[in-house]
Amino acid sequence: MSDLVVDIRNLTVSFNTRRGDVTVVDALSLPIERGRVLGVVGESGCGKSVMSRCLLRIEAPGKIVSGNVTYFKDSRQALHLESMDATGTTIRRIRWKEIAMIFQEPMSSFGPQHTIGFQIGEAMRLHCADSSVAAVVEALKAVGMPRPDEVVRQYPHQLSGGMRQRAMIAMALSCRPSVLVADEPTTALDVSTEAQILELIRSKQKALGMSVLFISHNLGVIAHIAHDVAVMYLGQVVERSPVKTLFDNPKHPYTRALLQSIPRVDREYSGPLVTLSGNPPSPFALPTGCRFHPRCSERIAGVCDREVPVAETLADGTEVRCHRWRK
Amino acid sequence: MSEQRNLLVVRDLSKSYRLGGGFFASGSGTVRAVDRVTFSIDRGRTFGLVGESGSGKTTIGRMILRVVEPDHGAILFADAGSEMIDLGALKPKQMRPLRRKIQMIFQDPYSSLDPRMTVARIIAEPLRAVHGIARSEIDDRVAEVTELVGLRREYLGRYPHAFSGGQRQRIGIARALVTRPELVVADEAVSALDVSVQAQILNLMLDLQQKLGITYLFIAHDLGVVRYLCDSVAVLYRGRIAEIGGKYDIYRTPRHPYTESLLAAAPPPQPGIDAAPHQREHVAQDHAPDPETTAVGCPYHSRCLYRQEICAYQEPALRTIAPGRLVACHFDLQLHGA
Repeated sequence: MSDLVVDIRNLTVSFNTRRGDVTVVDALSLPIERGRVLGVVGESGCGKSVMSRCLLRIEAPGKIVSGNVTYFKDSRQALHLESMDATGTTIRRIRWKEIAMIFQEPMSSFGPQHTIGFQIGEAMRLHCADSSVAAVVEALKAVGMPRPDEVVRQYPHQLSGGMRQRAMIAMALSCRPSVLVADEPTTALDVSTEAQILELIRSKQKALGMSVLFISHNLGVIAHIAHDVAVMYLGQVVERSPVKTLFDNPKHPYTRALLQSIPRVDREYSGPLVTLSGNPPSPFALPTGCRFHPRCSERIAGVCDREVPVAETLADGTEVRCHRWRK
Repeated sequence: MSEQRNLLVVRDLSKSYRLGGGFFASGSGTVRAVDRVTFSIDRGRTFGLVGESGSGKTTIGRMILRVVEPDHGAILFADAGSEMIDLGALKPKQMRPLRRKIQMIFQDPYSSLDPRMTVARIIAEPLRAVHGIARSEIDDRVAEVTELVGLRREYLGRYPHAFSGGQRQRIGIARALVTRPELVVADEAVSALDVSVQAQILNLMLDLQQKLGITYLFIAHDLGVVRYLCDSVAVLYRGRIAEIGGKYDIYRTPRHPYTESLLAAAPPPQPGIDAAPHQREHVAQDHAPDPETTAVGCPYHSRCLYRQEICAYQEPALRTIAPGRLVACHFDLQLHGA
């Protein structure tokens, strides 16, 4: 068996809205292996962010309705994150110290009124031993921050987007967490800055042996950073496999359509792009049977619109949720 | 080059902004957002402007629309039948009849539509600025463009909140097309959309171009999208043009080091296709431009891997190296020879 660091099992998260309860993560199961990068792709609204936030229990205003999020601290200790009080001390000891997170917009992750050094120091003071200025400078140096001695005294608005993201990563890694949750950490950045940040996350992951849950809508980014990939559609994982298998031999019609609909930098096109028809359905009116069937070009009438597909594991290690692949 | 084929010629366009003055200002001075930019767009074609944030691409689009006043330079527009008119020299009143010929598609399909207007009213809005159009004609035109962009007629009475991002962008495109423009400026028009919807909108834009012969100025940072949609591309760096060329040339044989590094930094969706070793070095060494850099020399020299002594003190001119192919680099030819 593979060595898991987090195991998400049958996780269901719903939001209470004025239009009623809406389930955004639906009986989702996703194992995260120790020391590897698991990429999660999906379009907006598929529940990928909400799912990832459950690892730190910051899913509010969403509510974990059922299922488990188990964190394996080591081979002997299994902690049930889902049963912890989201505001209690138990989760606070895990949050940041063992499971840290970086977000898309570093400007909103730092308060504008304190220096970068103060804010990183604050996080270190709360969660790890050494929080001296020298330790903060060291943390900034470790992420390749230019002029760390100056940056320590600067305010977030004085840094560029890429430097802010570097500072955010310095803060997240300052206590050497075993799991890093990265939610679209490069989406707001320019391509060359994005490439640098990806390189940084990759090298830190390797050096520290961290597990990374990397959320992105950008398949190009996922292809470069992830060891394994999970594709989400409407709150469920529809396909999961090692990165090379997923890109070379995608199984689920949704994955295939996603890959075809991206105009590639390295390719010349003569005709129109292959597109997915329609829009993702509203979570308030989910389709019956397979959730993807109204947009699927390979649907089997009488089957896909009626029966809910279950996840099947294929010979090449792919796990796919599609009637076409049923044994 | 014949000016006949050109719908738009931009010559020496410049715009500076003054910095400082604000409460939180960390410095003052001027920033050259757009610095002597020259290019031309052929009728019925798509011209792409790419570059990082702050490269001036949006400012150029806005100057062409005369939303931002240029400090210097000419914006020549070929009005049907007549000779080129300099939009920059027109008074607001003289600009009005031309406004319907140049329209814009915005990035954010959520904030660019007035939530209190029905779809029909949103689409008809630009026509209300055009004098002498009968009510019945407005209705006909709205119905026509609604169909063109693939929206159902029943949607016209609804409000924007009822639509998804892709449908809202269709509404935005219909609004741009209702005046039957010749030039459409699309500023990051698909950046906010999910990939499946993005592909639909890109196909729609190509389809509309074939049907109506529209010319696009397509401003984007996504190099894949630009390669798919555009015929020619200008790469901007800090307000200056680094390189212009047909898309095939730009993507296959970039001649400016900055273009090369941009391409190296954009990962294709394929594991294992890593940048070539020298390009990876590019990415690793690339640092954000130093704001202290003085205005002399090549704007890219502080980040450039191939820099020589001359780059620090002499700014390279934008030179024509082949028909339609211009590069601003002292050593462009060595790039692929070496």
